[in-house]
Amino acid sequence: MDLLDNLALGLETAFQFENLLYCLLGVVLGTAVGVLPGIGPTATIAMLLPITFSLEPVAALIMLAGIYYGAQYGGSTTAILINLPGESSAAVTAIDGHEMARQGRAGPALAAAALGSFVAGTVATVVLAVFAPPLARAALQFGPAEYFSLVVLGLIASIALARGSTLKALAMIALGVLLGTVGQDIYTGTPRFTFGARELYGGLDFVSVAVGVFGVAEILRNLENEKTRTAMVRRIANLWPSREDLRRIVAPVLRGTGLGSLLGVLPGGGHVLASFASYAVEKRVAREPERFGHGAIEGVAGPESANNAAAQTSFIPLLTLGLPAHPVMALMIGAFIVQGITPGPNVINEQPALFWGLIASMWIGNLLLVMLNLPLIGLWVRMLQIPYQWLFPAIVVFAAIGTFSLDLNAFDVYAVAVFGVLGYVLIKCGCEPAPLLLGFVLGPLLEEHLRRALIISRGDATVFLTRPISATLLALAVVALVVAVLPTIRRKREEVFVEDD
Amino acid sequence: MENRRSLPDVLSGAIFAGIGLAFVVASLGYDVGTLLRMGPAYFPLVIGGLLVVLGLAIVVKGLVAGEAIAFGAIPWRSVVMVVAALVFFGLTVRRAGFVPAVFVTALLTALASYRIKPVTAVVVAAGLTVLSVLVFIVGLQLRLPLLGPWLTF
Repeated sequence: MDLLDNLALGLETAFQFENLLYCLLGVVLGTAVGVLPGIGPTATIAMLLPITFSLEPVAALIMLAGIYYGAQYGGSTTAILINLPGESSAAVTAIDGHEMARQGRAGPALAAAALGSFVAGTVATVVLAVFAPPLARAALQFGPAEYFSLVVLGLIASIALARGSTLKALAMIALGVLLGTVGQDIYTGTPRFTFGARELYGGLDFVSVAVGVFGVAEILRNLENEKTRTAMVRRIANLWPSREDLRRIVAPVLRGTGLGSLLGVLPGGGHVLASFASYAVEKRVAREPERFGHGAIEGVAGPESANNAAAQTSFIPLLTLGLPAHPVMALMIGAFIVQGITPGPNVINEQPALFWGLIASMWIGNLLLVMLNLPLIGLWVRMLQIPYQWLFPAIVVFAAIGTFSLDLNAFDVYAVAVFGVLGYVLIKCGCEPAPLLLGFVLGPLLEEHLRRALIISRGDATVFLTRPISATLLALAVVALVVAVLPTIRRKREEVFVEDD
Repeated sequence: MENRRSLPDVLSGAIFAGIGLAFVVASLGYDVGTLLRMGPAYFPLVIGGLLVVLGLAIVVKGLVAGEAIAFGAIPWRSVVMVVAALVFFGLTVRRAGFVPAVFVTALLTALASYRIKPVTAVVVAAGLTVLSVLVFIVGLQLRLPLLGPWLTF
């Protein structure tokens, strides 16, 4: 059977001693760097990329994949422990994960993230092997109109993440989309909103915005309470998830894996959509949705699984179409090209050992990650016991160095300060930062697909409603919006919000 | 819900409307284009307009039936110190070099805390400087001079 042959070839390649070693090295390095506050997978890979240039192509890509998974896991760790997501998908993990940490349940949160990621990685590897060809064909069916509608749906769905008013969540999305338009216009090259500053031509950096609205704003909020109470609950109730916790996460992990495997195939923000969508789904199906945002373990397990499954299947567009699904994939393309391989439909036929070896190595990487990190949970949790007076200068300093090192651009550091203050004020006014970040990530895609769809349809705006898939997605977006503003649900949200204070 | 004014609602609405308006005004300097061939200004103009409308709606809602949000005090010292630290880092990391930039940034940030004693702040800053040099310069091979042109002769 083809499938088994392919997987066997992949495992054989990945289990070669040298490749195994680079996989381990990548995972360890990725975790070590990713766990530094404010430095997520993208920054980690960008900094460590040059190390792999001298390796064989298979080893280099396996090591990069390892760094990626390690950094992703490390990023989730900081998201949970100190509410500082290193990349957009971990922003969802931070919502309930950090709340759990505050309640002294950081251990179970970290374990849920690790176990969920591992299960998702295992399932997604099989999904990838079985469905790669048909899924790639399905992704090809998507035109610009469908992408536009999908992004709209993703943005509207993110309102489900916001605890406060729907209006404010919508405004945060719009603000994020606007901030995403800073920089050179994709079609005409006109620099927009740059005030003549060359440094802004490439746009605002995601890390700056994320570190600003999550990291700095959170620090300021903690300092505000300094006089009255300690910022972090130091009590650590238990390190391992209880039987009850494990029972709770089974279904979210499986649902998250399914969602993630599907959405990951879509080029463009699939993994972000997946973790946000998984969170929204878990909140909808939960028997007590009001627990979400207050440390629900399902809100950690689901999105983390979805994110990981999507990260795995997002290699489908990369390897079959040469399309990067997210910034890390864009860096991977760079690595492919440095190694003399053009990512695209030919990789699977011309370099089967590389293609399947890479896929198998991701599973091994996930396995190594679980083996490495479960025993380390105790160590990570101890990070919480570092006095806050030591921790927050470290966050600011690492964030400054991390954002600066991305492009050696001082503007990225100033942006952290600007977004820190803006985010702080808005959060104080009852606005949630997550929708802003999603708008910022998806905004450029929204504009690009909108304009491309209209060029293809010769300026006919009805194209979004006449194409069935697009119309369905938009209808779902409308339903999601109506559900969000329905009076009964609104009242419930407000109760939740009041309880919070 | 009883009628009540909410300062946070009005403030956030005003911020949204203000930023939206700024983007709209700035967009007017670029080519709008047509629906078929959108210029660089089209999309930000629409979204900026949308943000202005949403912001005004939040202001109105805040005046009529606002959310009860405890705004609390603003830790001015913390805000100023953290912003100063980040700006200082951006300004000096190339010219004064990695070590002085990190040290002063860490010191300024540590002083953002109301509780910290000056001695502790210096110790924290020194510790972080050593750690950063080890992690970023030695470990990650970040190519930045330890001491920049301002401090070398």
